[in-house]
Amino acid sequence: MIRAFLKWGALAALVGMSLYLILALYAQREFVFAMLFLVLTASAVMVFFNRKLYAHRYIFPAIAGMGLFVIFPLMYTIGIGFTNYSASNLLSFGQVQENLLSRTYQSEAVRYDYELYKTNAGYIVHLKGKHQNLTSAPMELEAGETTAPVLPLSGQPRGEALGIRDIIQLRELLAKVTLITEDGRELSQASLRSFAAIHPQFSQHDNGSLTDNQTGTTYFPDHETGFYRSADGETLSPGWTVNIGWDNYLKVVSDPTIRGPFFQIFVWTLSFAVATVIFTLALGLLLANLLQWDQIRGKGFYRTMLILPYAVPAFISILVFKGLFNQNFGEINLVLEGLFGLRPDWFSDPALARTMILIVNTWLGYPYMMLLCMGLLQAIPRDLYEASAMDGAGPVSNLFNITLPLIIKPLMPLLIASFAFNFNNFVLIALLTGGAPDIIGASTPAGTTDLLVSYTYRIAFQDSGQNFGLAAAIATAIFLVVGALSLVNLKLSKIKV
Amino acid sequence: MAMVQPQSTKYRVLASHLGMLAFIAIVLFPLLMVISISFRSGNFASGSLLPQNPSLEHWYLAFGLPYTGEDGVTTQPPFPVLLWLWNSIKVAVVSSVLILALSTTSAYAFARMRFAGKGAVLKSMLIFQMFPPVLSLVALYALFDQIGNHVSWLGLNTHGAVIVASLGGMALHIWTIKGYFDSIDRSLEEAAIVDGATTWQAFRYILLPLSVPILVVVFILAFIMTIMEYPMASVLLVDTDKLTLAVGAQQYLYEQNYLWGDFAAAAVLSGLPITLIFLYCQKWIVGGLTAGGVKG
Repeated sequence: MIRAFLKWGALAALVGMSLYLILALYAQREFVFAMLFLVLTASAVMVFFNRKLYAHRYIFPAIAGMGLFVIFPLMYTIGIGFTNYSASNLLSFGQVQENLLSRTYQSEAVRYDYELYKTNAGYIVHLKGKHQNLTSAPMELEAGETTAPVLPLSGQPRGEALGIRDIIQLRELLAKVTLITEDGRELSQASLRSFAAIHPQFSQHDNGSLTDNQTGTTYFPDHETGFYRSADGETLSPGWTVNIGWDNYLKVVSDPTIRGPFFQIFVWTLSFAVATVIFTLALGLLLANLLQWDQIRGKGFYRTMLILPYAVPAFISILVFKGLFNQNFGEINLVLEGLFGLRPDWFSDPALARTMILIVNTWLGYPYMMLLCMGLLQAIPRDLYEASAMDGAGPVSNLFNITLPLIIKPLMPLLIASFAFNFNNFVLIALLTGGAPDIIGASTPAGTTDLLVSYTYRIAFQDSGQNFGLAAAIATAIFLVVGALSLVNLKLSKIKV
Repeated sequence: MAMVQPQSTKYRVLASHLGMLAFIAIVLFPLLMVISISFRSGNFASGSLLPQNPSLEHWYLAFGLPYTGEDGVTTQPPFPVLLWLWNSIKVAVVSSVLILALSTTSAYAFARMRFAGKGAVLKSMLIFQMFPPVLSLVALYALFDQIGNHVSWLGLNTHGAVIVASLGGMALHIWTIKGYFDSIDRSLEEAAIVDGATTWQAFRYILLPLSVPILVVVFILAFIMTIMEYPMASVLLVDTDKLTLAVGAQQYLYEQNYLWGDFAAAAVLSGLPITLIFLYCQKWIVGGLTAGGVKG
């Protein structure tokens, strides 16, 4: 009884919380996110109330987690790829309207000089107009945002008028004061000596256009570009996010300052991933073969030493290499200089930087391949090698005629997975070179060692323009590559479920 | 032992030993170098592998203690390494527990129950597992920005967000546990259910106690993977005292502020426990990792 009560209570609390979140998101016009949580909550309720879906209760939390943090971000990214979402077009149309309509400016016409009086009850602002003087109620300025009514007063308020020096000291507090006249007009501090009426900067017309009350210019909403635009082409910022169709993709193909770097990075990404797989596999297979050899003693020692690079957390070993390869203080250059008198600048020469990345990634990746190969080699029957030894075959012909043909099939899916992993090896590039050295003539941040993933990351998060739309379009292209690879992989590995 | 041994075997064995030892020397060079550098004084010192004047300067700083050198100048620790390590451990433990709990229950359903769409869900989990979260960082950022406006402990710059985001990577663990459940005979559970146990009781009191080894493996795997997670934490976390070790460690090697020696000590201090855990558990971990093809 108590258990059932607890169970339903917990579920009800969870549903209540999500309903609050959904309503709050809906109120803020974040319809996509409101919809997302609505779907999640509805399916949770369905799964936990319907007895027929008992088995689904077990898998729901995991599926929901994947849906929320893998599948939804994926779809949302694809969606962003078709918009101009960026630092200059961050908000929705409604939010831009609210933002612009809440702007104010201070009138030149309605302006009062003022004096500030200090009394026991607080500060009094005394406005001196042409026709009448206005006086506020005493205010505690320290309280922050203060609103006070002002009333006509014929004489002088009591207390002592403060000098300009005191007003300068209080000016930040005075800036937070809003005075309201009897006819509802709002006044705020305009300068050290005057208060002025506040007017809304823009007024909206029925057809959606905005007129700047200060200059008289009228701006029309342009839903093609996501900006308010005047007749002579002037735009208001901020802009809003609009759908721009395939423009981001066209930009990648047609804009030479993006096309050049993009294809250069694409080619490097492919060659990096292929080269990594080949190098790590060659090294791993060789070592695995040696470790499988009956004649070798001390296998436990070798094995432990050889998988050490795999056991050290990658983010630490990559940074260690960053330091060791440093041109001036790095130990690798000290050794090279001592031996050959060389001092290669690993981080500023593109070819050397790429060599360094391949060296580091081979160091990081060969133990994994070695472990894979050791597992697969054990499955090969020993008598095959004995038969070949009888025929006088050496190790090389053994490798190409027996070992490789037998392990390549089970190895293939794992090699594809390794290719996909390295195709997107963001951590290595981000921590080792950060993409440097830069490609000259690129309009977005792009480096000669950047992989496609780190390129999109830099467009989205390290560029001042934060062009999320373009980054998402490139990410979508990578999704296609990864998706194709994983489908091939699924076919090859013949997984039965 | 092979019956037929070519003449040259002796030399080949010797050559293999020498080759492997030379290779190990190259491979270990960076690791030994870092340990050596952590005992050198100053951040730009060079020298041999065994430091001539060992100094504990960097180790004091790594442990968060100010260090006073022989010249009387006191150096304050540049970064809160122990705090970062603690953040990493906190995040990793909480998310591993969550991952373990959720993936065990779903693996149970996938291994023992029949329901609509089972095969399709399992397959699509494998496919989606290959999409790295770094590609949808913009969307994840926007998602946590929105959630954070209403639920502050799950917003940007919170550990809650990093923990919850790690739940996206459960598919691999579900597959690992499911594989283990498949290998356990189900007749015991069926007998219990015939005797009146509920499905949940059969799972909780019969299957779970039998699966402790795989649960330990998955916990350690999830722990190591969360500790090493870099891209999401680097976007979601901002404040210096909130960073995880993976995000914070790179701050030692900025060009303007190059603290090579301090980094070395911090790296050894924080990397050693993780390395030892990995080596100790390698037998179990390697099986799990190679099955899924995660790292490398």
